[in-house]
Amino acid sequence: MSDEHKVLLTIPMYPDMELAAAKTGSVLAELKDFNEEAVEEIQLAIIETCINASEHSQSEDKEVHIQFLVTDDQLQVKITDRGVGITADTLDGTRLLGTPGIHPDLRKRGRGLQIIKALMDEVMIESSPNGTTVSFTKKKTSE
Amino acid sequence: MLNKFDIQIREAREHAVIETTGYLNDALGEQLSEKAQELIQGGCVQLVINLEKTTLINSIGISILIEIIEALEEREGTLNFCGLSPTQERTFRMMAIAKYAGIFPDEESAVANL
Repeated sequence: MSDEHKVLLTIPMYPDMELAAAKTGSVLAELKDFNEEAVEEIQLAIIETCINASEHSQSEDKEVHIQFLVTDDQLQVKITDRGVGITADTLDGTRLLGTPGIHPDLRKRGRGLQIIKALMDEVMIESSPNGTTVSFTKKKTSE
Repeated sequence: MLNKFDIQIREAREHAVIETTGYLNDALGEQLSEKAQELIQGGCVQLVINLEKTTLINSIGISILIEIIEALEEREGTLNFCGLSPTQERTFRMMAIAKYAGIFPDEESAVANL
């Protein structure tokens, strides 16, 4: 039997549905004995990506499609929406800055992608007017 | 409902501890913000937020925590966090929250350092 497992999941853009995707990711990571910290990081990256899709894609079908591919040493997640695509200022977070607060470094919005990049080993974003796919990989580390 | 959440408040003479349970998203964050604002408006500006029972915090939840930090700064108050997982602590440091609020391993030390 192959040590590779592929799971496909489609969630509606409803509040808290990102938790269903995060739970699926955590089950797959636990199946391959990823450590607790890595499992939490994977869940957070999935949540942030799904929230970005729900908030910004303007997708007509209001669905997020998630593909999980887990092997013995890594988990790859590919999250796709069929929305209008994202712009460069969305990617760097500047479009969502909003009203500056007391401290400029305490930015309230537009930090989701920064979190994903910090927590995952590889992140790739493909976007066109037909939708966006965010792919990321978390490698298993020996404790 | 996927996310069951709860907020408990323990008030002492000069400080209050807010303990959240569940996924800290916009829904729990709004409730947390409301409770914190009530305490701040009532003159309690030494706060601890205990996140031990909060397994996940998304970026919207973090933005609400930043609003609480700013509200307390306007009143010269203090906010300490405790009970964070290693990933939550790393995220808080990355988002500069740790510059403006204390992070402690447990409630006792968070209260002691207000």
